[in-house]
Amino acid sequence: MKSNLKTAYSQQEGNSTHLASFQTENWKTFSGMGIPALKHEEWKYIPVKNIFKDEMNIAIESSNLEDTIIKKSILPGTEEANTIVFFNGRFQADHSIIHEKDALVVKSLETAAGDEDALFVEEHLGHSQAYHPDGVNALNGAFASGGAFIKLKKGKSLLQPLIIYHFSDSSNGFRFSQPRILASIEANAQITIVETYINIGGGESFTNEVIEICTGRDSITRYIKLQNEGKHSNHTGTTHVRQLERSNTHAVTITLDGAIVRNNLNMVMEDEHAESHMYGLYLLNGNTIADNHTIVDNRMPHCESNELYKGIMDDQSTGVFNGKIFVRKDSQKTNAYQSNKNILIGDQASANTKPQLEIFADDVKCSHGCTIGKLDEDALFYLRARGISEKNAKALLLQAFASDILGQIEHEAIKNYIEQLISERLSFQA
Amino acid sequence: MLKIENLQARIEEKEILRGINLDIKPGEVHAIMGPNGSGKSTLASVLAGREDYEVTGGSVDFLGKDLLELSPEDRAKEGLFLAFQYPVEIPGVSTTNFMKTALNEKRKYHGLDPLDAAQFLKLMKEKMKLVQIDQALLSRSLNEGFSGGEKKRNEIFQMAMLEPKLAILDETDSGLDIDALRIVANGVNQLRSKDNSFLVVTHYQRLLEYIVPDYVHVLYKGRIVKSGTKDLALELEERGYDFIKEEVDQAIA
Repeated sequence: MKSNLKTAYSQQEGNSTHLASFQTENWKTFSGMGIPALKHEEWKYIPVKNIFKDEMNIAIESSNLEDTIIKKSILPGTEEANTIVFFNGRFQADHSIIHEKDALVVKSLETAAGDEDALFVEEHLGHSQAYHPDGVNALNGAFASGGAFIKLKKGKSLLQPLIIYHFSDSSNGFRFSQPRILASIEANAQITIVETYINIGGGESFTNEVIEICTGRDSITRYIKLQNEGKHSNHTGTTHVRQLERSNTHAVTITLDGAIVRNNLNMVMEDEHAESHMYGLYLLNGNTIADNHTIVDNRMPHCESNELYKGIMDDQSTGVFNGKIFVRKDSQKTNAYQSNKNILIGDQASANTKPQLEIFADDVKCSHGCTIGKLDEDALFYLRARGISEKNAKALLLQAFASDILGQIEHEAIKNYIEQLISERLSFQA
Repeated sequence: MLKIENLQARIEEKEILRGINLDIKPGEVHAIMGPNGSGKSTLASVLAGREDYEVTGGSVDFLGKDLLELSPEDRAKEGLFLAFQYPVEIPGVSTTNFMKTALNEKRKYHGLDPLDAAQFLKLMKEKMKLVQIDQALLSRSLNEGFSGGEKKRNEIFQMAMLEPKLAILDETDSGLDIDALRIVANGVNQLRSKDNSFLVVTHYQRLLEYIVPDYVHVLYKGRIVKSGTKDLALELEERGYDFIKEEVDQAIA
C-alpha cells in the first residue's frame, strides 16, 4: 500500500509555492507516524488501517465528471446556492458555481498559495495538524495541491449557502480521495457552509478530508456536514476551526450511512467572547461504524460552548462519541456544556461514549453527561394504545429523539431534506 | 360489546387478577371501584394490551373478536380506548401530529381514505371545543410540561378524536380540581350514546356524580366482589371500603 501512496505522491506536479514544501513536510510526517492502529487511544474503535488496501486507486486522473451527475446530486431546494465541486478529492473550478462573487472568492489552493492570499495560506494551512498531529491528516497534507481556497470578504453575508459536493468515482474500483480546503471567514462576515459526499458507481471508496476554517472577529459561521454515502464508503475527516474574537461557530454533523466513518471536529477559541455550538446526529444500521471526536478548546476568557450529539444504532452498527473540552488557565468565566445521548435499537448494536473535561481555570461553568438506553417502553405503549403500529410508533419516537438536532439546521430546505431521509430510513408510513 | 370471563393475570410472579367476570352492553356505563392495590388499573392495562402483564386464564370477547389475541394497536383500531392514569410525556412529538397518525392508521384499517390536512383540522377544532383545550397546547410536544388537568383533558380530546366504541377511563379523576373534573366529565357525557360504552375506573365516588354509571362494581383482591347501581358508589363513599373488605375476608375465612 505504502508504495502506491508514494508513487501517487511523487506524481504530483511540482510548484514553487509554500504548498510544495508543505506537502513535503506532511509526507515526512506521514512516513514517520503511519496510519493509526487500534491500539492508539484516539482510534481504538476505528479499524482505519483496514480501510487501506492495495487495490485502492489514488491516481490523480483528469475529471470526466458529467454535469448531469452533479445536477442529480444537488440537495433539493438549494438550486440557487453557491457550489464547489470536488472530484476524487480534487477541486474542480470548472464545475463550481459561485453566484455571490462580490462577497465570496473560491479558487484552487495552489492559486491562493501564489497570489495575494499567499500569506494567509502560509500562516493557516496545516494548523489542524500542528494542533493535533495524526497520520491520516498528514497523508492528506501530502496531497494538498488539489485543494480549494475559500474567502468570504470582510463584512459580507452570503444570501445563499456555500455547498461543497465531494464526488468519488468508484466505478473502476476502490477510490481513494483526499479533499483539502482552507477557508477564511473574514471579520464581521456571515456564511453557511454545507459539505456532502457522493459515491458514483457504488463501489468501495475512502475519503480522507481536511477542512480548516479561520473565523474572523465578529463573524458567524454555520457549518453542516451531511454523510449519507452508502455502505461501501469510508470516511476520515477533520474539520478544524480557529476562532477569533467574538466569532460564533455553529456546526451540525449528520451521519446516516457509511462503512467506517470518523469525524474530527475541533473548535479552538483563540480570543475572548468566542462561541461554539456543536450538534451531531448519527443514525446507523448494518455494520456501519461512526466515530465523532470533538474538541472544544477554550483558551481565553468569556468563551461559551454548547454541544449535543445524539445516536441511534440499529443492527450491528457502532456509534462512538468522544468529546473533549479544554478550559485553559486564562479562560475564566467560560461556560461549556456537553451532552451525548444514545439509543440502541439493534440487539447487536453498540455505543461508546467518552466525555473528557480538562479544566485549568477556577471560575467557570461546565457540565457534561451521557446516556445509552433503549426506546422508552411506556411511550411506545402509549402510541400503540392509540392505534399506531409498532413500527410507526418506534419511528415517531426516534424522529422525536432526533428532532432537536435537526431543529438546529437553520436552512429550511436542507432541514426538510434530511428529515425526509430520516423518515424514509425509519420507514415511517403515513 | 365486551364480555370478560374468569380473567386472570399476573405480573412477574404476582397474581393480580383472580377471575374477573364482566359484561358490558352497548350504551352502558360501568364503574369499577375498589381500594388501592385491588387490581383496577391492572384490569385497564390488560384490556388495552400492556405486555408487562401475563394473562394466565379466562377470555375477553370484544365485539365478537378475541381481544387477548389482538396487538395493542389493533385493539385501538377495533374501537377500544384507554385514557391513561398517567399520560406519558413524549418530547418532540406534537399531539397534532400524533393524532393525525393515529386517526389515519385507524381509517386505513377500516378501508377509509386518510383525512387531508383541512379535514383533519376541521375535526380537531370541533373536538377541541368539547374539552376546552387550546390549539397552542396541541402543537406542543405531547403532554410535555402539561399540568395534570391538561394531560387528562388531552386524553379526553384524543378519545373524542378517535371515537371509540368502548372507552376505559383509568382514574381519570385523580389529581383533578373540581373545574377540570367538570370539563372532563362534560366531555365524556357529550360522547355518550346508545352505541358506545364506558368503563370508568376510579377510587372515589366524586367522578360518578358527573359521569353517572349504570352499574358499579367493587374490585377487591383481584375479583369483583360486589355489583350494584350508582347507589353502591354512594354507600362506599359513606362507609369506605372497610365493610366490603370485612365481608370478603370473613367469607374466605
